[in-house]
Amino acid sequence: MSYSSEIWVGAAAYLGAGLAVGFGALSVALGEGYAAGKAGQAISKNPSMAAPVMKNMLIGQAVAESAGIFALVVAMLLAFADTTGADLLQAFAYLGAALSMGLAAMGSGFGSGLPAAECCEGIADNPEVQGGLATNMLIGSAMCQTPAIFGMVVSFILIFFDTSGMDLWPSWAAILGAGLGMGLSAIGSGLGSGMPAGAATQGIARQPMAASGLRTNMLIGSAVSQTPAIFGMVVSFLLLYMDWSSLPAWPGWAFLLGAAVSVGLGAFGPGIGNGMIAANAAAGIARMPDTQRTMTPAMLIGMTVSQSTVIYAFLVSLILLVTPVQASDTIVSWMIPLAASLCMGLGAIGPGIGEGFVGACTVTRISRGMENAGMLTRIMLVGMAVTESTAIYSLIVALVLLYVV
Amino acid sequence: MAIEGADLIRATALMGAGLAMGIGAIGPAVGEGFAAGKAIEAIGRNPKEAGLLTRTMLVGQAVTESTGIYSLVVALLLLFVV
Repeated sequence: MSYSSEIWVGAAAYLGAGLAVGFGALSVALGEGYAAGKAGQAISKNPSMAAPVMKNMLIGQAVAESAGIFALVVAMLLAFADTTGADLLQAFAYLGAALSMGLAAMGSGFGSGLPAAECCEGIADNPEVQGGLATNMLIGSAMCQTPAIFGMVVSFILIFFDTSGMDLWPSWAAILGAGLGMGLSAIGSGLGSGMPAGAATQGIARQPMAASGLRTNMLIGSAVSQTPAIFGMVVSFLLLYMDWSSLPAWPGWAFLLGAAVSVGLGAFGPGIGNGMIAANAAAGIARMPDTQRTMTPAMLIGMTVSQSTVIYAFLVSLILLVTPVQASDTIVSWMIPLAASLCMGLGAIGPGIGEGFVGACTVTRISRGMENAGMLTRIMLVGMAVTESTAIYSLIVALVLLYVV
Repeated sequence: MAIEGADLIRATALMGAGLAMGIGAIGPAVGEGFAAGKAIEAIGRNPKEAGLLTRTMLVGQAVTESTGIYSLVVALLLLFVV
């Protein structure tokens, strides 16, 4: 039983439409529900502020909704895609587009809900600063949308990708991988940039005097948390625009797919870890505004170290992309790149989150007593170095898989 | 494509090694991060005991690391011995 390529492309487009809006809706709804829950709490605490809380809840939800709308647009494009005369590669492009958009919306949707929720709570606690809270929420939520926008860009490129003249093997893995890598790597960054945005909004309600410092911190924190998604996007573009025609089909496809999986999974932990550190720094600034100058270096050092694990994963991805591949159809030859990418990708999740926790505790401590900042930063680095060790084991095993066995 | 039995065994051993180290690295690292975070909180509260607390943190992390090392050992066994 064999079907024409048009049938397969149509099937992939419909499946993709479902996946894109399904994944996208999941997290957006959680974020908006969280904001609505906090709004309810806020109104019960301070019923006189019900109207502004409601207004800001709706604004915040509307911004969070945008990730869902991006997913809906991609789903619509896929559902009504013209499949006449399409070749089989187009099916993989549609699936990749769906994964890129759907997964990328998962981080941004919930992440944007965090500042919206804190804005509602802040208005009830401190009605005088509602203007500042709303502004901060809008900036913070908009920052959170960036990973979803990366996902949408890759998704659009894939939907309108010109596959003519490309061989099915191994290009399908590059095209599918471009979407998968972008989508996976955006999840952690979306959540991670929501955390400092939420914490800064909460901080402005508690300490309106510190608003400008908090906003600066939020912008730095959110921007640095985006880095893992940018690594994912770089790998995605390499997969799309490098020439794979000379790569042998077997085991070439596994190298291409592995490159996407490694950076995609590896970006998750550092994205969240960076968000934890920046969020605690914001809480610390709100507590003691004059500690910002002392705390920011510790925060940035912590975020950088936590970022290191995604850099390992990015490195493994690049190795997979540039290694000369010998044609071979044994199962071992294509299992090796897949095993190495899973090893490094999964192995980077824990250290990213663990180091985020170390950094988060350190900035909190420094905000409570600056005199020990130097010592605390040193001990933070010792703690992070030990936490890093498992990521290094993963890197070693991945490199052994690629170069030794 | 016919897959030889010996090849299949070798391939699954390699994938097993990758998964063992990849998944096995998640838990210890989160746990060690938690230990270090709490140690830093404690040192901030009582800086005089920094030496003792750092030692305790390292001992705790060393024990937490053990499962990561088990994963590494199993991964290396699968890579080189099996």
